[in-house]
Amino acid sequence: MDRPVATKIYYRVWIVLVILLAVTVASAYVHLGALSIAINLAIAVAKALLILLFFMHLRYSSRLTWLFAAAGFVWLIILFGLTLSDYLTRGRLFTL
Amino acid sequence: MSERESALAHQFDDVRQQREAATLGMWIFLATEVMFFGALFLGFSVYRAAYPEAFAEASRHTDLLLGSVNTVVLLTSSLTMALAVHAAQTDRRETLVRLLLLTMLLGAAFLGVKGVEYYEEYAAHLVPALNFAYPGDHPEQAELYFYLYFAMTGLHALHIFAGISVLAAVAFMARRGRFSPLYYTPVELTGLYWHFVDIVWVFLFPLLYLIGGR
Repeated sequence: MDRPVATKIYYRVWIVLVILLAVTVASAYVHLGALSIAINLAIAVAKALLILLFFMHLRYSSRLTWLFAAAGFVWLIILFGLTLSDYLTRGRLFTL
Repeated sequence: MSERESALAHQFDDVRQQREAATLGMWIFLATEVMFFGALFLGFSVYRAAYPEAFAEASRHTDLLLGSVNTVVLLTSSLTMALAVHAAQTDRRETLVRLLLLTMLLGAAFLGVKGVEYYEEYAAHLVPALNFAYPGDHPEQAELYFYLYFAMTGLHALHIFAGISVLAAVAFMARRGRFSPLYYTPVELTGLYWHFVDIVWVFLFPLLYLIGGR
């Protein structure tokens, strides 16, 4: 990145982060069953993206930096994908 | 030699490339941290899928108020850290030092609140291998939840502590005028580390405190 990011962007991102936190805590008091996990994770991903893009300057970085940043999460997806595909399919026998 | 020339190491074409190389290196380190925490998150996911009721019930024994307060504390510390990098970029040394110290203070506040929570859990006999005595159903499964709770938040707290130590060193360097708009790499990279540890908490908080509903 070449020019410093305007500080007002940082303050706005912080406000959105705190609002999202309030939403996710409030959702714990509403009985949504299985949907609540999806909502909480979606909000967590949104907050993480805000921190990644603005506080960690990814929005203002080169494609190469994006690639390096994405790499770790790609490996995480592989870790989760392969492991859970084992555990979550146990007890299910394929029969002809 | 001009300041621009002295800020540039000889293997780089320009300061921009030098700065990007440092950033790329930091992201590679953060990738190893993603895998470090990721393994624990995976363990938690597997056992949560295996014992959903026990985990939900156990999670209700955590202190939601203190956990929420801590989340605000860390989010604010990320704000002050981003503002600190900005101060370095705009050559405002006093502001930079103050914001670094403020970030450290917020990190310490986080650790303090975590300590209070740990004491609460100790008093409620929820520490595995120490004094675990669970009042509800499936105590073995609840103990597994709390094992993961202490392992994950403990590892995270260790990272906060390491971050505070690094911030102290960077604040000391800043105070001695080591940084300029041309060279503030340690500030930027410490910021990346600090924001990453914040992101870990952003995922830890809902998984540990909110999964069961309240």
